[in-house]
Amino acid sequence: METTFHIPTAAEMLAKGETPDLLFWVGCAGSFDERAQRITKDICKILNHVGIKYAILGTEESCTGDPAKRAGNEFLFQMQAMTNIQILEGYAIKKIVTACPHCFNTLKNEYPNLGGNFEVIHHTQLIQSLIDEGKLKPADGHSFTGKRITYHDPCYLGRANEVYEAPRKALEILDADLVELKRCKSNGLCCGAGGAQMFKEPEPGTKDVNIERIEDVLASKASIVAAACPFCMTMLRDGVKMKDKEQEIQVLDIAEITVAANKI
Amino acid sequence: MIGQVIFLFLLIAAVAFFTRNARRIYRNIKLGKDEKRNDQPGRRLKTMLLVAFGQNKMFKKPLPAILHLFVYVGFCIINIEMLEIIIDGLFGSHRIFSFMGPFYSFLIYAFELLAFAVLASCVIFLIRRNFLRIYRFGGRELTKWPRTDANLILITEVLLMGAFLLMNAADSKLQLLGHYPSAGAFPISQHIATILPENVDWLIGMERAAWWFHIIGVLAFLNYLPLSKHLHIILAFPNTYFTKLAPKGKFENMPAVTGEVKAMLDPSLPPPTTEVGRFGVKDIHDLTWKNLLDAYTCTECGRCSAACPANITGKLLSPRKIMMDTRDRLEEVGRNIDKNSTFQDDGKSLLDDYIKREEIWACTTCNACVEQCPVNINPLEIIMGLRQYAIMEESQAPASINAMFSNLENNGAPWKYSPSDRANWANS
Repeated sequence: METTFHIPTAAEMLAKGETPDLLFWVGCAGSFDERAQRITKDICKILNHVGIKYAILGTEESCTGDPAKRAGNEFLFQMQAMTNIQILEGYAIKKIVTACPHCFNTLKNEYPNLGGNFEVIHHTQLIQSLIDEGKLKPADGHSFTGKRITYHDPCYLGRANEVYEAPRKALEILDADLVELKRCKSNGLCCGAGGAQMFKEPEPGTKDVNIERIEDVLASKASIVAAACPFCMTMLRDGVKMKDKEQEIQVLDIAEITVAANKI
Repeated sequence: MIGQVIFLFLLIAAVAFFTRNARRIYRNIKLGKDEKRNDQPGRRLKTMLLVAFGQNKMFKKPLPAILHLFVYVGFCIINIEMLEIIIDGLFGSHRIFSFMGPFYSFLIYAFELLAFAVLASCVIFLIRRNFLRIYRFGGRELTKWPRTDANLILITEVLLMGAFLLMNAADSKLQLLGHYPSAGAFPISQHIATILPENVDWLIGMERAAWWFHIIGVLAFLNYLPLSKHLHIILAFPNTYFTKLAPKGKFENMPAVTGEVKAMLDPSLPPPTTEVGRFGVKDIHDLTWKNLLDAYTCTECGRCSAACPANITGKLLSPRKIMMDTRDRLEEVGRNIDKNSTFQDDGKSLLDDYIKREEIWACTTCNACVEQCPVNINPLEIIMGLRQYAIMEESQAPASINAMFSNLENNGAPWKYSPSDRANWANS
């Protein structure tokens, strides 16, 4: 999974007197979670492949504050937000792409009112526009042809921001056997991680939310479930593990599917 | 003549009583904090027309949507018939609009079909609610009164429509017997008429009894609305008009916090002088008027809870209960004000006395409840307000949430990783 190319930081670019056209906001999961790091690298591969002048913030990036805000800690959220805004403005950032729907939602909807006005897109939207521009297309003989693939809508991409078509677009060009989950798009079921649930044990109940969700996936008889959020990724993978279906079902991010299909 | 006087008296009493209760509800809603919800009138009007008038969100579930549409259209259109009933009642006339001839027949024809559709739909609703196992008609918040409330509404509608059809049946037979001039067309009630007696006095008695039952029933129902979940038939319209227009994922930033954080980050700024009230929501006074309007608009259909990931996996949280609790607490505060003229502390609050901590911490903020609500109620705003109070006023959070906060403060990530390792992935 090693990248053979250099991943530039905004600081390096500034030193050369340049500003990136697009800032890749990696997010905490994308930076520290081993599984999510693979998605992060694949997004860099796409950016590198199509020749976009991009950068990451590197060690200057800090949590957007989303988990603090959803847990009710408005102070901590706004501290994070204002610090991040200062850094982004310092590098004259205009446009941001992120692989995490929670970062996406927070940067796009909750930063402007604190002075942070950036154009924010999710990586599935970037992939969609690159497909539309003809810069990405599946290579001959890619491995997804005819595979039964389904897609899990992350709440903060779907319902929260009504991005339903972009991730589907990336799957539609694969010539695969696409199937929708019983609960999809605006009726999609949460993976169970949102609202800071990722960082605590669930309240007592009869079942874990990700198990309820993975049963939708099992019912779809898909062999690949596509995700577009690092937290959904964790929850879905745990669900597959709990159901002992690791041999039958793969959980892959839209970016990973795109890289593999394009043979980048 | 005596009938007209009684009718006038009943009408005035019913309207006066309803006005009094409506004003009380308006006052209660105004107990909430101010919030601007009157920008973009065009978009708001469109939302109201689509969601309340056009019921588009109901159609996520087609069968109940169609049955509900019958009841809704029937209710609206039969109210035209109510106008005739009121005029007849006041002036002692009989079918005052019958001068319209064939058009009148067409109207009565349509009313009868609709009345039957309403009646049949309500019977199906009663069966669904009481005999079928439908997830959203269960739930621990649907205690004895909410269940009775729902059944009372449906039974009343069945009886009102039954009375309307019986009235027409007796009337049509009296027309056949030459007692009344011929007016109207009776596609449904002509079948009921075949089993009615031939005696004119009996028929007149029946027709009058059904007429009085219908009109008294309607006036009583009007006054039942403010006491029941059925208030949605009115409040659905303002509630959808005042919907949040921003993306569902956008949670408002607290301006009071912004001032303090700015002063912390830049010590050269003067410290904020505005007195901050309370952070977050402990009781109904901390909610906005829109949250309170939401609570009165809720008709307890349970679509929110049936879509809630926490609820369907057996957690204590139920978005419907959040709305019912908010209304119950608001009513309690309202009664307190009625009695003492201003609110006297009763030692209770929405948080803890009505809504438990375990409920608010089970929420994934996924917006499924907001998405499903056919009248655009937002339980999530209330849940978030309660969390903010627990965190910012009381520092009471599950231990792992506190650990996440301290990681965030110290490392800029919710986990215990060093910020200097943040970009290690790029070099591995």
